[in-house]
Amino acid sequence: MSTYNFDYLDELEAEAIHILREVAGQFEKPALLFSGGKDSITLVRLAEKAFRPGKFPFPLVHIDTGHNFEETISYRDKMIERIGERLIIGSVQESIDQGKVIEQTGKNASRNALQTVTLLDTIAKHQFDACIGGARRDEEKARAKERIFSVRDEFGQWDPKRQRPELWNIYNGKIHKGENVRVFPISNWTELDVWNYIRREKIELPSIYFSHEREVITRNGQLMAASPFLNMDDEDVVFKKQVRFRTVGDMSCTAAVESEATLIDDIISEISESKISERGARLDDKVSEAAMEDRKKGGYF
Amino acid sequence: MNILKFFTAGSVDDGKSTLIGRLLYDTDSILADQLEALQSSNRKNDDGTIDLAILTDGLRAEREQGITIDVAYKYFQTEKRKFIIADTPGHIQYTRNMVTGASTANLAIILIDARNGVVEQTIRHSYLVSLLGIKHIVVCINKMDMVDYSENVYNSIIDKYQILAQQLKLVEVNYIPVSALKGDNIVQNSERMDWYKGESLLHFLEKIDTDNLDKSQLARMPVQWVIRPQTEELHDYRGYAGRVLSGTFSLNDKVTILPSGASSTIEKIEFFDQNPDVAHAGQSVTIHLKDDVDISRGDTIVNAAALPQESKLIEADLCWMDARALDTSIMYLIQHNSKTTKCKISEILHKVDINTLEKHAADEFKLNDIGRVILKTADALAFDLYDDNRTNGSAILIDSRTNLTVGALMFRAAVE
Repeated sequence: MSTYNFDYLDELEAEAIHILREVAGQFEKPALLFSGGKDSITLVRLAEKAFRPGKFPFPLVHIDTGHNFEETISYRDKMIERIGERLIIGSVQESIDQGKVIEQTGKNASRNALQTVTLLDTIAKHQFDACIGGARRDEEKARAKERIFSVRDEFGQWDPKRQRPELWNIYNGKIHKGENVRVFPISNWTELDVWNYIRREKIELPSIYFSHEREVITRNGQLMAASPFLNMDDEDVVFKKQVRFRTVGDMSCTAAVESEATLIDDIISEISESKISERGARLDDKVSEAAMEDRKKGGYF
Repeated sequence: MNILKFFTAGSVDDGKSTLIGRLLYDTDSILADQLEALQSSNRKNDDGTIDLAILTDGLRAEREQGITIDVAYKYFQTEKRKFIIADTPGHIQYTRNMVTGASTANLAIILIDARNGVVEQTIRHSYLVSLLGIKHIVVCINKMDMVDYSENVYNSIIDKYQILAQQLKLVEVNYIPVSALKGDNIVQNSERMDWYKGESLLHFLEKIDTDNLDKSQLARMPVQWVIRPQTEELHDYRGYAGRVLSGTFSLNDKVTILPSGASSTIEKIEFFDQNPDVAHAGQSVTIHLKDDVDISRGDTIVNAAALPQESKLIEADLCWMDARALDTSIMYLIQHNSKTTKCKISEILHKVDINTLEKHAADEFKLNDIGRVILKTADALAFDLYDDNRTNGSAILIDSRTNLTVGALMFRAAVE
């Protein structure tokens, strides 16, 4: 008899694989939303565990804001080559060029909100009926209430008052034409769980997650990477800092944190002691107490 | 380190959200920016301290009304355990949300307001705990600060609750006197209740040994997906992917595939780059069989020596979850593990008044109603009784007109 040691990471992993296989079994045209961040990178590893040696029963979809960290894109392309799966790119720049969205102006301009439109267009174009995402319930209090199978109407809207009950580990993926389901296999993981899993599985990450020297400015009390995508003016002082990023989003809305953490072990001990939550480094959540709830109702991830 | 999933039952005023907020706060699970958002919020306790309940009341409507409408999941971790909390609303109109939160929990915390003792909703919450088969219960007698931390009050509530526990056949019941508002006996033992010799709530939760997974020895694996790479080098590869619900599967075990009844033997167990000899309950694996049998999603692989029940007529407890009442004349869909088939509710045996536990005859079933029914399925289901095997003994009902999940089913018997 082999020794049987089924710890919390094994349990989270087994649950996520079960959810991914339910997506494969229940939907005609699923997709995996890949942002290049650690959560969607974790999803790719989980999909390998769920479906290898077969192909993934879904393509990866990247909603490209055009304001990416260069490191994320080169990571993405290398990873796609390694896993040999299909990548579909939805371009926010295209949505802007087509006049479907209008670029924001002013100091806090960001393409973060615009990507919802591109996402919905990409879903409609490819008729995806399920989109797998890496959101977690510990990120934010509106997310804490979202189901693992979260039904969106044809406008991509989440209606928190009309959520289906989700019982045991039975996921109801039945939908009407035009609707789609957002599926969150790592709902029950925390940020620390994801990092511990990445360490255990020896998963490679984009380099911006680790400490590096970068030119930054201070915006709303947070460090932002100096880039052409940020509307900077004479008041913005550019200086160099040893930083890393805790999430990988649009360059115009993802703040850096000061950090010397160059190894995963350093990051894990940093997070364990940290007094700023992961989404605390996202300016897009700061607008009001209900910011995330409002964005999700509008079709955000 | 393993995971403890628990849920909290209490009414609007029992201080349930405050209790959870207190657990998070006192275990340093609230980060600085969240705390800052809390402190800048307009909601404060009477004495000006921050209102911890805001931590779990996530939706705007809930903050406006100061109540919990939906299930909120919260996470925290100590050196001993990872915890997943389902914070569920306690009011009767949200019974279905409580059933939802309870369905994945291994332990229930039942909150009683020390000033009011065992009341109608305590009966209701305890009934739901017994219905959902949660074996471990902690009764937190809260607001002890409002009754001068009186041992007598605490003891008289225990006496009353024990009668209820007997009636509901609840076995593992523990009692802790707390004040969520003041933090007494939540993380640290309270100096204000030195008469209480037991553990604080957190220490109790860290230590209790619950069955995170079905301890049933009956080996069951519903097939979710068939892996067939169909490449040249893997031309004959056929792996059955699924999660072991209960029991274990070992190499060379004789298995039966249901519903076909075909037999085979386990040739290989795969988990990504590993080939373990045994697949245990809870693991998501891929199984290979020695014989070329026809298997697809919805079939179940079981140990040939311990077959489940198979029937198209099943007696079950039903909790109705939709605003549209049950219609016994129409067909619903039943989803049981990876299998979905048509079904009808052919008979309502009785309904339970969940405030008094009285059973009575009924011909209608509305939102939040709970009772015993007989269901008739188009295809036979391979199931176990809920009390023996929670995962293989439960199912959901789907209304194919709306696609909504309208009922939760717990199988109690096969009808001959």
